Amino acid sequence: MPDAGSVGLWAVPLALFGGAIRVSTPFIFVSLGECLTEKSGRINLGLEGTLIMGAMSGYALSYLSGSSLLGVLAAGFVGSIFGLIHAWLCSRPRVNDIAVGIGLMLFGTGLAFFLGKPYIQPTAPQLPVINLGWWSNIPQVREALKINALFVIGALLAPAMLWMLNRTRWGLIVRTVGESTDAARAMGYSINTVRAIATAAGGFLAGMGGSFLSLCYPGSWSEGLSSGQGLMAVALVIFARWNPMNCLYAALLFGAAGALAPALQSVGVTSYRYMFIAAPYMMTLVIMIMTSSRTRTMVGVPAELTVSR
Amino acid sequence: MNTQVATEETDVPLTTDLTTSPPKPRVWPRLPLHYLEPIAISLSALVASLILFSLFILVVAHANPIESMQLMYRGSFGTAFSWQNTLIRAAPLMLTGLCTALPLRLGMVIIGGEGALVLGALAAAGTAHLMPNSSSFAVLVAMMLAGSLTGACWIALAGSLKYYRGVNETICSLLLNYIAIAILNQMVEGPMHDPESLNTPSTWYIGDANMLGKMFGTDVHWGLGLGLIICIVTYLLMDHTVIGFAARIAGGNIRAARVAGLSVGKITVFICALAGAAAGLAGTVEVAAIQGRANANITAPGYGYTGILVAFIARANPLAVIPVSILIGGIGASGGLLQRRQHLPDATVLVLQGILFLMILTFETFYGRFKIFQRKEPTHA
Repeated sequence: MPDAGSVGLWAVPLALFGGAIRVSTPFIFVSLGECLTEKSGRINLGLEGTLIMGAMSGYALSYLSGSSLLGVLAAGFVGSIFGLIHAWLCSRPRVNDIAVGIGLMLFGTGLAFFLGKPYIQPTAPQLPVINLGWWSNIPQVREALKINALFVIGALLAPAMLWMLNRTRWGLIVRTVGESTDAARAMGYSINTVRAIATAAGGFLAGMGGSFLSLCYPGSWSEGLSSGQGLMAVALVIFARWNPMNCLYAALLFGAAGALAPALQSVGVTSYRYMFIAAPYMMTLVIMIMTSSRTRTMVGVPAELTVSR
Repeated sequence: MNTQVATEETDVPLTTDLTTSPPKPRVWPRLPLHYLEPIAISLSALVASLILFSLFILVVAHANPIESMQLMYRGSFGTAFSWQNTLIRAAPLMLTGLCTALPLRLGMVIIGGEGALVLGALAAAGTAHLMPNSSSFAVLVAMMLAGSLTGACWIALAGSLKYYRGVNETICSLLLNYIAIAILNQMVEGPMHDPESLNTPSTWYIGDANMLGKMFGTDVHWGLGLGLIICIVTYLLMDHTVIGFAARIAGGNIRAARVAGLSVGKITVFICALAGAAAGLAGTVEVAAIQGRANANITAPGYGYTGILVAFIARANPLAVIPVSILIGGIGASGGLLQRRQHLPDATVLVLQGILFLMILTFETFYGRFKIFQRKEPTHA
């Protein structure tokens, strides 16, 4: 095809754009979930385990039922159960939420590997794709504009969550619990119930994000599927200053960094391959170093959050 | 103590003094029951997780949990062979366990043991390659120095970022893990690639003469002895020296530590470097005693991540890291038997470890709830 060759060096930004959308989708969901949980004053490091459980259960149910939509819902449901476990354990006195998160991360990973063994081989129905590149006859452009339905949902969810947090009664309750437990108690709200709901909802989103990994990109269940997205989302929320819209932008940035290695590979640059694969981690680290400070309190941080104290 | 009680009783009005009986003599006056509290609670958590795990085996895997328990015992502590297998796995766990346990004393949750282990292994293998004509003793010492120094720098980086920039150490150390693994992969395929390693890209073989020896005619290598010594030394350091005391103050109340004139930053970086050195040494031992080369197989057993579990179960006590590593090593060693006999997936071990981790954290809530374990202190009015 003559058009394919004429793309030339544009192949890299095109692949980067398409890749950014693909890679960022799980980040959007996990970071929105983490953002909601942290707004209620608790940090859930277990979303890595939730993500893997979501990927496994979504794939399994999609395979068993033949419906990828049902898979996504199952992943969300499993994620919210993990959220509830986290919330329940943390509501006990003297139990540390960061440690419970690490525990749930190891437990979720182990459980997903255990239950997911039978689903490594079979192929499950994948999520539908919206072809926004129908107008073009250049394959690279078409490939880049194949947008997944879950990305659209995630992109719409971010402003919706911002509106929910800032403009609704529910949002106010969640923020109150996150800012001052005393104020929330005085208003008559149960801290643990509100946090449990926020953590469960956050888990639901993280589970959905996990199902994207197995049902869309890379698009199959394997044990090496997740590579720290769940924990990077925590860094991403800090970077996004606990604002859902910023989470969306930050996720896109992370997605672009994650798409760098495959994009360069597509044009034949293979040297320092592993360093490009590690690009998102290095970028996260650099961003964290730049945005953190020893003396300043961070803008927008919920006051009850353990990382801020 | 007695004088204190006496002065307090003189403050009590005379009327009540006449009606209340004199304090009863303690039944067990000097039994240090408060030392037993962590042991009792941890053992209860272990029993609870074994019960939950049995239910899991029964309901989810449709296997006989009693048979699983018997197999696990046989695979971990039942025979001399399984004991050796357990101890071989326990050796690196002691060192990676320390990597999380020591910073935990300062209130820092470092989960970067895997990265320090990987880079320690890489540095050790590289060092051996640079010393082709040296005696094996010199090579081993140099490997250990290089491995622990690399690991020390890696975790000290996380520690100093935490202290001087306020970067969250948990996420930072996790990111460093992925970066370390990328460095390993890049090195074994690029500058440090041995063309003779075909299936798994690896560094050069360190040579038979330079492999770490076995202990006392068993199959257990000297890494275990090293792990034991380092656990004991760090225990003495943390609990019986001024540095350890300063570290505990800094972990308990950072403002009090500053007021007391302690340089919290130096202590933080030092403890993190020590932690990283332990994990780097674990990587060195894996290269020098098991693999003979540095390659991606170093990360396969997940010693770095299991070390986090060890540290939390041991409640950050370097001495407790020893038995906990042996226990967790035993669980790992029994995985193969469960796979062969009961056709359970290899992740069964991970499930049990996860349950154990969560139970230990849940049982944290029981500390201070049982009167029998409380230190009997004079009550202040």
